[in-house]
Amino acid sequence: MNYLHIDHVSMEFPTPKGPFKALDNVDLRIGKGEFVSLIGHSGCGKSTVLNIVAGLLQATRGGISLDGKEVDSPGPDRGVVFQNHSLAPWLTAYQNVELAVRQVFKGRKTRAEMREWIRHNLALVHMEHAMNKRPDELSGGMKQRVGIARALSIEPKVLLLDEPFGALDALTRAHLQDSLMEIHADLGNTVIMITHDVDEAVLLSDRIVMMTNGPAATVGQVLEIDLERPRDRVALADSSHYNHYRQEVLRFLYEKQRKVEDFPQQQQRRQAGGMVGETRRRTVGAG
Amino acid sequence: MRLALTQSDWLQPLRGLARGDLSAFPWRPVLFPMLGILAFLLFWAQTAPMINTSLGQFPGPAQVYEQVGNLWAEHRAEQARAEEFYQRMAEMNERRMAADPDYVPRERSYSGRTTFIDQIFTSLKTVMMGFAIASLIAIPLGIVIGLSGGLYQAANPIIQVLKPISPLAWLPLVTLVVSAVYVSDNPMFSRSFLVSVFTVTLCSLWPTLINTAVGVGNTSKDLVNVSSVLRLNWFTHVRRIVLPGAVPMIFTGLRLSLSIGWMVLIAAEMLAQNPGLGKFVWDEFQNGSSQSLSRIMVAVLVIGMIGFVLDRIMLALQRLVSWDKSAVLR
Ligand SMILES: Nc1ncnc2c1ncn2[C@@H]1O[C@H](COP(=O)(O)OP(=O)(O)O)[C@@H](O)[C@H]1O
Ligand SMILES: [Mg+2]
Repeated sequence: MNYLHIDHVSMEFPTPKGPFKALDNVDLRIGKGEFVSLIGHSGCGKSTVLNIVAGLLQATRGGISLDGKEVDSPGPDRGVVFQNHSLAPWLTAYQNVELAVRQVFKGRKTRAEMREWIRHNLALVHMEHAMNKRPDELSGGMKQRVGIARALSIEPKVLLLDEPFGALDALTRAHLQDSLMEIHADLGNTVIMITHDVDEAVLLSDRIVMMTNGPAATVGQVLEIDLERPRDRVALADSSHYNHYRQEVLRFLYEKQRKVEDFPQQQQRRQAGGMVGETRRRTVGAG
Repeated sequence: MRLALTQSDWLQPLRGLARGDLSAFPWRPVLFPMLGILAFLLFWAQTAPMINTSLGQFPGPAQVYEQVGNLWAEHRAEQARAEEFYQRMAEMNERRMAADPDYVPRERSYSGRTTFIDQIFTSLKTVMMGFAIASLIAIPLGIVIGLSGGLYQAANPIIQVLKPISPLAWLPLVTLVVSAVYVSDNPMFSRSFLVSVFTVTLCSLWPTLINTAVGVGNTSKDLVNVSSVLRLNWFTHVRRIVLPGAVPMIFTGLRLSLSIGWMVLIAAEMLAQNPGLGKFVWDEFQNGSSQSLSRIMVAVLVIGMIGFVLDRIMLALQRLVSWDKSAVLR
C-alpha cells in the first residue's frame, strides 16, 4: 500500500488578496495496481492534488514519493490525461501518440517496434481505424481515447486522469469506462482518477477518496469498494452492495459536505432589502 | 497546385460561357470587382480634369496609360543601348587582342540611365532583403520572448517604444552608422542600398516580433503540460508544440511587416535619394515636365499593385506551411 505516497501535502496559492490555502495536509497511500478515485465538489482541490502528483505544481508543504523515490517535477513515469483531450490539433491521432513514444522510447525501441507499439496502444482504446485523423475530425470520446492511448503508451508507473470523461455524453462515457476497466484488468496500471460522477467512481475504483470542501480541503473519508471484478454495470445496478457504496458516497457529498452557495440573484435582492427570511439555497456543484 | 486550382476555378465559368451557358457564370465574384474598378476609373476620369496644378491638369486614366507605354519603351531603348555597348566593347577587345596578343581585355559596365523598370527591381530587391533580415531576427527573438513571461515583460516596453518610430526618424541615424561602419574597398552592396535595407528592417521588425511572441505565448496550457510530462527538450517543444500553433499569428505579423516595409522603403528612397521607386517619384517631381504627374501616377499605381502582390505571396506561403488547410485566410 505504499507504491505512491501523497505525503502530508499542503498547497497555498499566492493571490492578490494574500495566500489562498487550497489543500491542507492531504495524506494518501496508494498500492501498486490500485485504482483510486478522487471525488469532491467542484473547486475543492482535486485537480490541485493531481497536478502535484504529476509534478506540474509544487506543494507548499509535504511531497510525493513514487516507488520509493521522491518526485517533484513532471516526468513520463506519471502519465496524465486532462479533461479536454489536450491533443495537438496539427497532429493525427497516430502522430500524437508517436510524439510521446518517440520521446520516451528513443534508443530503446527500433523504428519498427515503435510503429508496432503506437498501433498497439491505439488498438487498446479501439482507435486503430481512425489513427490517421486529426483531432478536429474526431468526436469528443474518440479524442479522449487517443489521449488515454498516449498516456498508456509511455508505460507510466501511475496513470493520472483528471475528469477524463466529464465532457462526454452518458453513452460515450459508459463505453469509455468499460474500455478503461478492460485496460486496467489487462495491464494492472496504478490509476488515480478524478471524477464528479458517483456511479463512475463506484464502478471503476478499488477505493474512493472523498475530499472535504475547500478552502483547506483534505481527505474526508475513504471508501473501500469490495466488488468483484470484472464488474458489469447492468448486473451491478441491482446489487445491494453497489447501491450501498453509492449511498455512502452520496451521503458524504450531499449531507456531510453539502455545498452552500448564495445564488447571485438572491444576493442582489437581499442587498436591495427586498427579501426577508430564508434566502439561502443549497446548490450542488459538479464539474 | 493552389495556383492551378484557382485558374481552373476561373476558367470553369468561362468554358460554360463559351458553351452559351449564361446561368452557370458566377456573376458576383467577377462582376462586382469589375464594377468597382470601372466606377473608380470613371470617377478618376471625371475629377482629374477639374484639378489644375502648376504642372498642368491632373492626369486621367488615359494619360497615365500612355505613360505606361512610354516608360516601357524607354526601358527597351535603354536595354538596346546597353546591348550595343557591350557588343562594341567585345568587338574592340577582340580587335586589340588580334593586333597585340599581350593585350588584357578591358571590361567596363554600361552606366546608362536607370529606367522605371530598373527602379522597380531595385525597390523589390531592397524590400526583400530588409524584410528577410527583419524576419530572421524577429521570429527567433519572438519565440524566445514568447516562451518566457519574464522576458516578455522585460522586452515589451522597449518594443512598444521602438515600434511607432517613423522611418524618417531612423534614416539619418542609419545613414551615419552605415557610413561609419561599412567601410570596404570592394563593397558587395552599395551604401545607399544598405541604408534603405536597414531602414526597412528597423521598421518592419516589430509586427513580426510582437505577433510571434504573442502567438507563442498563447500556446495551450494543456499542451505545455503534456510537453513537460514527456520532458520534451527545448527544441522539440518549440518545433512540435509551440510553432505549429503560432503559425497563424506569425504570418499575420509577417504580412503586416512586409506591407509596412514596402511603405517605409518608398519613403526612405524619396528622402535619402536612394535608388528605387521612391527616387523615381522624387526625380519626376523635381523634373516638373508636363508628363511628370502622369509618370508619378504610374509609379503610385505600380507601388500599390506590388504591395498587393507581395501580400498575396505571403498568403500563399501561409497556406503552404499552415497545418489547418481548411482555415479561411484573407
Ligand atoms: N493557480 C491558482 N491560483 C490561485 N488559486 C488557484 C489556482 N489553482 C487553483 N486554485 C484554487 O484552488 C481551489 C481548488 O482548485 P481545483 O484543484 O482546480 O479544484 P477542482 O479540480 O476540485 O475543481 C479552487 O478554489 C481554485 O480557485
Ligand atoms: Mg478540476
